[in-house]
Amino acid sequence: MQVSLRVNGEERRHDVEPRLLLVHYLRDVCGLTGTNIGCDTSSCGACTVLVDGESVKSCTMLAVQADGREVTTIEGLADGERLHPVQEAFREHHGLQCGYCTPGMVMAAVSLLNEHPHPTEAEVREGLEGNLCRCTGYHNIVKAVLAAAEAGASQPVGAAR
Amino acid sequence: MTALAPETDHRVIGQPLRRREDPALLTGEARFLADLQVPGTLHLALVRSPYAHARIRSIDLAPALQTPGVVAAFTGADLRGEWAGPLPCGWPVTPDMKQPAHLPLAAEVAHFAGDAVAVVVAESEYAAHDGAEAVVVDWEPLPAVVDLEDAAKDQTLVHPDLGTNVCYTWQLEPDAAAVDRAFAEAAHTVSARFRQQRLIPSPMEPRGVLVVPQPFGGDFTVYSATQVPHILRVMLALTVGVPETSLRVVAPSVGGGFGSKLNVYAEEALALALARRLRRPVRWVEERSEHAVSTIQGRGQIQEIELAATAKGKVTAVRVRLLADMGAYLQLVTPGIPLLGAFLYAGVYDVPAYSFSCTALFTTLPPTDAYRGAGRPEATYAIERAMDLLAKKVGVGPEEIRRRNYIPADKFPYSSVAGLVYDSGDYAAALERCLERAGYAELRAEQARRRERGDRRQLGIGLSSYFEMCGLAPSRVLASLNYTAGGWEAATVRVLPTGKVQVVTGTAPHGQGHETCWAMIAADRLGVAPEDVEVLHSDTAVAPYGLDTYGSRSLAVGGSAIAVACDRVIEKARRIAAHQLEAAEEDVELVAGSFRVRGTPERQMPLAQVAFEAFTAHNLPEGLEPNLEASSHYDPTNFTFPFGTHLCVVELDTETGKVELVRYVAVDDCGVQVNPMIVEGQVHGGIVQGAAQALFEEASYDQDGTLRSASLLDYLVPSAAEVPSIETDHTVTPSPVNPLGVKGVGEAGTIGAAPAVMNAVLDALAPYGVEDLPMPATPERVWRAIHAGAAGSASAQGGSPA
Ligand code: FES
Ligand code: FES
Repeated sequence: MQVSLRVNGEERRHDVEPRLLLVHYLRDVCGLTGTNIGCDTSSCGACTVLVDGESVKSCTMLAVQADGREVTTIEGLADGERLHPVQEAFREHHGLQCGYCTPGMVMAAVSLLNEHPHPTEAEVREGLEGNLCRCTGYHNIVKAVLAAAEAGASQPVGAAR
Repeated sequence: MTALAPETDHRVIGQPLRRREDPALLTGEARFLADLQVPGTLHLALVRSPYAHARIRSIDLAPALQTPGVVAAFTGADLRGEWAGPLPCGWPVTPDMKQPAHLPLAAEVAHFAGDAVAVVVAESEYAAHDGAEAVVVDWEPLPAVVDLEDAAKDQTLVHPDLGTNVCYTWQLEPDAAAVDRAFAEAAHTVSARFRQQRLIPSPMEPRGVLVVPQPFGGDFTVYSATQVPHILRVMLALTVGVPETSLRVVAPSVGGGFGSKLNVYAEEALALALARRLRRPVRWVEERSEHAVSTIQGRGQIQEIELAATAKGKVTAVRVRLLADMGAYLQLVTPGIPLLGAFLYAGVYDVPAYSFSCTALFTTLPPTDAYRGAGRPEATYAIERAMDLLAKKVGVGPEEIRRRNYIPADKFPYSSVAGLVYDSGDYAAALERCLERAGYAELRAEQARRRERGDRRQLGIGLSSYFEMCGLAPSRVLASLNYTAGGWEAATVRVLPTGKVQVVTGTAPHGQGHETCWAMIAADRLGVAPEDVEVLHSDTAVAPYGLDTYGSRSLAVGGSAIAVACDRVIEKARRIAAHQLEAAEEDVELVAGSFRVRGTPERQMPLAQVAFEAFTAHNLPEGLEPNLEASSHYDPTNFTFPFGTHLCVVELDTETGKVELVRYVAVDDCGVQVNPMIVEGQVHGGIVQGAAQALFEEASYDQDGTLRSASLLDYLVPSAAEVPSIETDHTVTPSPVNPLGVKGVGEAGTIGAAPAVMNAVLDALAPYGVEDLPMPATPERVWRAIHAGAAGSASAQGGSPA
């Protein structure tokens, strides 16, 4: 089946199998391996990307369902050498250790801040519930997201830019 | 965060520097195992036993071979000729330990649900899985052995050829008569039995391996999501029979391990053997539900602990009996895990008499092995729970019983009754600081108010004072415990011609931030900027020597190796500088990265200039070789003993049984902190993992040995919504046993947390007469305990809090 979509601002057009998951499309067809896979039950959130600016677990969506849409992966977040404010905040506040959950966590946080530019700690915790991290205990992730909110990180990403 | 140290201040150690690892991880540039693509790669899928115990009558591979994309398929019998040895167990704790045969594919009998019996090789991952599903195995189910006490009865044998389910028994009882006497004379005794449920390690990155054969010469590069590239290289050479010199092992970015990647797995051996046989790159990536059945698990013990104490609650003896679940086979260090706790059941207390014994048993469950803390969380849990029970008997608070028993600060180095020498500590200081930070008196007052008014949400306050044995390990001590390797760590430090510094380490980080911290250590020692130091690791071609990363050893042992190697570089550089400055060596000192002649500071040579002189070798002292490079193979003289006190506050909903973590205060002492930001991160993550054992996680099996919690839907790794922010503080008691004064912190949080949380839950339940609850304290268990306890012992405690 034909899909045509924008990934990180670039037009992509491919012939794909109907059963191909978006996460496999991004990793194996587009070569964007920043989006990780951490489970087979849609539980971990490691594969979170933005589709039309909203966070989606890319293992729950078929590549063909992304037809005509705008997908942003972790590779598309920084502006050249300049990290996105959420990435910057994760670095500043040690919101990552092994970094495996990080691409998904950052994308989920970006989407959260787009919806709630000034969340409370409880809202951040609830909002990131679908993303598991085994290393950080979440303390510094939550701190980073709150700091990013403070710094006004809620600029829309991956919607109409 | 604090900016880099200003030019005038070269102390880098102690600064919360941001991590150099982060940009690649934050932008998706970092390459994990599953991100590596090599053209022509074949993919493996394993056929695993659905039964905990079953004989293989026959295996029909033909349907798999007809699956499109499948290129080959093998049974255990087909591959028997590939192995030069069994999958390794490196810790035969006793000479008569029973060790079952363990090859990468079981050929006759599967011994746990998940045991691999055939492998399918295909052009794509999808095809490999389709092929594996098509394989037809004719099984003859055999009785499972799930329960440890059943296993001990030897009625059903896991490995009939061994004649027993007992793998080994091990005892530590320096003076049996003293223990008997203490119990005979005790005013109070405590006797408790705890169950350490099995845990699934669950790093967010599953395991994986990719083996790339070189077309000529028979060399192989093994990429593995492993914590132990060096150990893996040696062990694969022995298991697969490839010369060590033909094997290069690389650990790419590794997404967490927690002990689960401290091993040598069947899939790694299979990938290497099949790459050799098929002459093509071979790859296997674990699926999450596969992780639950094919990777080692943690804990799995039944603990019986007894305390004897005086009328005032001074503990006079500790007696422990363990049943330890080995699972079906012995993986790399399976038998040794209980021994890592064996010396620690007296905890941080000054106890004169001690008895420990362990019976290790085979079951038809996945092998256990190291999981964050490995033996030490179990020991800490038992003693810290028992101390709370003793406090009740004596009629004092949990903080007071601990005060009465701590090893006093002036007794260090302290020779424990179990035979260890604790390096340094001030346990009481950590407790007092923790109580103060937490506002202990006010917490107790609030608890009392809620009890009085019969509040639906009761408060529980739990303490644990932990310590652990880190810095694994003095090689001679390991020898006395029958461990087959040493415990040293290697480092090489080079000052390159331009003055940049290269550190090569034998540690293998997977989230700990070694690149940042090792650069800080070298920068601090050499007086250069941390960004001028590069750190190379996790590739046996670059770092040929190493014993890798586990057991909170990397800083205390690997960091010390770097410090020693730096000192050797400085000594050599000093000779060159003295020669060129025409000064006596003893008059030349390194100040802020420059060699100066004492008294005439204008005569100086920066380290970079010395390095260039060492490189050109035009004018070196007679007999001195060119270049500035030194190595250390640092073997520690003793373990290090980090410690601390944790306090947990839970709110327990008496109507639903739900426990909510509302506060967590941790005061930890890991000696000198190289990067406090990273220390705190380790503590946070560790605490949540320990708390998860107390409240959420359990690899639960039915009586047939089938796992009921194989996916992340059933195995409850906590999310951000289930845990609070953590209040951390610290004391600093440097370790005298290494040049950095460091102790290690990777497991501290996990060790302290499970008992603190359970003590809090039981504190909340105390008015209901509940004295024990199995982990995890699920809402159902708590609710049942409230109802059973209220009915069972209403008179003792006044029944309900109302
Ligand atoms: S891979 Fe785990 S939710 Fe998508
Ligand atoms: S940083 Fe390792 S899983 Fe989150």
